[in-house]
Amino acid sequence: MEGSVKTRPLQFQRFTRLNRALHALMIVSFIALAMTGMSLKFSYTAWAAFLSRLLGGFESAGFIHRAAATLMFGLFVTHLWDVNRKRKQDYGGSFLKLILGPDSMLFNKRDLQEFVGSLKWFVGAGPRPHYGRWTYWEKFDYFAVFWGIFVIGSTGLMLWFPVFFTKFLPGWLINVATIVHSDEALLATGFIFTVHFFNTHLRPEKFPMDTVVFTGRMPVAEFKRDKPAEYEALVAAGKLEENLVEAYQPVVIRTIRAFAWTALAIGTFMVLWIVFAMVFAYR
Amino acid sequence: MLGNSVPTRVDAWRWAVALAVLAVSPALAQENTDCLACHGEKGFTAERKGRTVSLYVGEKAFGASIHGGLQCISCHASLEGKELPHDAPLPKVDCAACHEAETKQHAASLHGRAMRRGDALAPTCAACHGMHDIRAVKDPLSPVSPLKVPFTCGKCHQEGTVVMRQRAIHQDHILENYSESIHGEGLLKKGLIVAANCASCHTAHNILPHTDAASSIARGNIARTCTQCHAQIEAVHRKVIKGELWEKEAHVLPACIDCHQPHKVRKVFYTQGMADTDCLKCHQDRGLEAQDGRAMFVDEKEHQASRHAKVACSQCHSGVNVSLTRPCDAIAQKVDCGACHTAVAQEYAQSQHGKLLIKGDANAPSCKECHGTHGTLGRLQSSSPTFATNVPKLCARCHREGERAAVRYQGPQHQIIESYTESIHGKGLLKSGLTVTATCTGCHTAHGVLPRTDPASSVNRANVPATCGRCHHGIQEEFERSVHHELLGKTDKELPVCNDCHSAHTIRRADADGFKLDIMQKCGRCHGEIAKTYFDTYHGKVSQLGYTKTAKCYDCHGAHDIHRITDPRSHLSRENVVATCQKCHPGASRRFAGYLSHATHHDPKKYPWLFWTFWGMTGLLAGTFLVGGAHTLLWLPRAFQMRRELKEAEEAEERELAEQERGRAAAGGPATGEPPAEDRG
Repeated sequence: MEGSVKTRPLQFQRFTRLNRALHALMIVSFIALAMTGMSLKFSYTAWAAFLSRLLGGFESAGFIHRAAATLMFGLFVTHLWDVNRKRKQDYGGSFLKLILGPDSMLFNKRDLQEFVGSLKWFVGAGPRPHYGRWTYWEKFDYFAVFWGIFVIGSTGLMLWFPVFFTKFLPGWLINVATIVHSDEALLATGFIFTVHFFNTHLRPEKFPMDTVVFTGRMPVAEFKRDKPAEYEALVAAGKLEENLVEAYQPVVIRTIRAFAWTALAIGTFMVLWIVFAMVFAYR
Repeated sequence: MLGNSVPTRVDAWRWAVALAVLAVSPALAQENTDCLACHGEKGFTAERKGRTVSLYVGEKAFGASIHGGLQCISCHASLEGKELPHDAPLPKVDCAACHEAETKQHAASLHGRAMRRGDALAPTCAACHGMHDIRAVKDPLSPVSPLKVPFTCGKCHQEGTVVMRQRAIHQDHILENYSESIHGEGLLKKGLIVAANCASCHTAHNILPHTDAASSIARGNIARTCTQCHAQIEAVHRKVIKGELWEKEAHVLPACIDCHQPHKVRKVFYTQGMADTDCLKCHQDRGLEAQDGRAMFVDEKEHQASRHAKVACSQCHSGVNVSLTRPCDAIAQKVDCGACHTAVAQEYAQSQHGKLLIKGDANAPSCKECHGTHGTLGRLQSSSPTFATNVPKLCARCHREGERAAVRYQGPQHQIIESYTESIHGKGLLKSGLTVTATCTGCHTAHGVLPRTDPASSVNRANVPATCGRCHHGIQEEFERSVHHELLGKTDKELPVCNDCHSAHTIRRADADGFKLDIMQKCGRCHGEIAKTYFDTYHGKVSQLGYTKTAKCYDCHGAHDIHRITDPRSHLSRENVVATCQKCHPGASRRFAGYLSHATHHDPKKYPWLFWTFWGMTGLLAGTFLVGGAHTLLWLPRAFQMRRELKEAEEAEERELAEQERGRAAAGGPATGEPPAEDRG
């Protein structure tokens, strides 16, 4: 290593290649769904008509919406398959270990403590909690997707295939599905494009952007600061070295940043548009 | 007891008087003197249709009349047995009760037929015979006595009367000519009451046009009519019949009038009156001007090519007198097209154009404004200004923005000509050359143009469906059975007619996107709430984006055949609704039709599910954003603090590194160092 100019620093690998691919595809699918869907929800604004035309008309927008939804279902299924595989490989096939283990995505007592600790820290009544691999807000974001896929996905299917669903459901349930689909989507869009953006990408200390979910790796020092509990556990187990990989070349970083910034910009514009539509143009 | 019940003599006398009075009184009340008790008063008048009419009956005149011996109730039969004074007005006296044959003839005659048409100018019995003062025909005082007949007929049939101007009478100067004819001279100058008067040839009650085979003056009957007086005239005319005419027109036996013109009967071989050549002697001069400078040149070629090629100058420029050196000096009136085009002229006189002309408005178009003068052409001739494709141009002369009709118009229609040209009708006419397309006159009529506020106007609200229905008849039938038609629509609001949805001059194809999207606003003008809720649904939202492929009002409700949804004929009735959904959603079931296409989540009573779902979702949204937002905001100061501390740490590190560098440089040792700790990739 010594004297080698080309050697890049080692970084901690937080996400697998599949994790990163799923997140990137999720962004594409989510933005496509949000843009096409909101153009319909806020059809009374000139913005919506413009967006709809930009996407090739409502039929084309509808096609994009359904295609993106299919992609989203695909991502969801792939992720479930990945989790199941992990259960077999890392937890000896035990659901219990997967759920109760230290890296579990499920909420547990520790999350409650960290949540209370965080609030204390925010108001200056305590130190910053000793966060582990998954913080409670990350778990919230994760299950928000589960909930969203279930609620928006099921109602979306009803709206996609109304003739089939009304074979055994009353017609007015399609109206209910419309409200649920549209408002839950508004919640998802609003939450992702504001709270999630802040919590994980745009926090001042991470400014301009935390790109770990795109690169999958982060500097060791940052890892140590962000997730001290996980860092200490890895060091204690002597497993830190196993999880170190070379940093990406600058050109890869630049490409990733460009993609992430585009997604962020679109999201921010959509939030502004939604606020405008709801506050100033609502009828 | 018994004594009391026997009537006394006094009682019996009283009874007899009372009964006698009762028995006689109706008869007494019907005596002429009873009628004259009121009607004998000169000042006895009444109001009839806004006019004061005299109800006076002169006792003397009636007594002297041929009906003097009759009772009033003989004619005013409806009063028989009625209390006096009687209700008014009385039904018209029916002369047929006694004069059945004459009344029948009159009914079948030209006059009778006009009366049945409702022509106000048609003569009744009284018009010629008088009323209470009717005298015998032989009585010289009777208006129908031979000496008086020409004057009685002349009341209507002399030059200048309304009848002569507005009805199709093909003879002119009838009375004048008659009085100069041998018959007129005999009657009026020589007092020969056997000389032919009007009724002698035309009959008294059976007057028919000469074109009617039954007429006394029909070609086939002329000889018989003339020979009533001129018995055995054939004997005198043997020479003529045998001679030239007979040979020239062997198949036509000349009728009396071929030589002896009617009304001018004096001597044989009268000239045809004014010939066109006589007029053209002067009027073919291109430089000819009237005293006021108007060009008086008449292009005979133009006239010959016109619709009126066969019409002589003097037929339109009537009133010429051949006995004058300049026969046209006698012309006192402008050309009256109504002399031949009677019905059209009557319609025109009722129209806005006609009314303005009568008022003397300088802008009002007369016949020639649209039809031209000597070169007038039929509307089916393509070079005519009244030919379908030329009509918009013709009307535009006054109705184009800025022109004389447009500047005085106060209504909401503007850019009429331009809009029409771009409309479906205008394109059909001007681009596709469809001469059957609606032109200006197609809707507004050619001669009966009236503002739409006039109930008689073809474009008045009440008449619009019928006007459009002249071409779109099937749609009119559908519309008239719909809830929007007055027969079915039970509302105090104004019901729509064709132009409320289709507009007037800017009318577009109903299958074009623009129209399809506009129609929702049109329906919304009356159905405001329901249109609003439609825009809350998928169908409405897509339409609002500007796309037409989802269901719009008429896709479900129908366009012209809209019925209440409780009506079995409605597209949305229980019987039809599933099929209506299936138009776009093949395989739709009855449950599918339960979709609320006008759902709103603002009505908890009507749609509790939607209402509570909406507020549930809104609560979820508000709660999530509240918690998430508060969490983020609380975090913000700490995040900034962390950022500051990181920066300070970085700077401290850099300072330390720089010091080490300096120390190492001083020691001259090789540079070693760890990779930089921070790389926020």
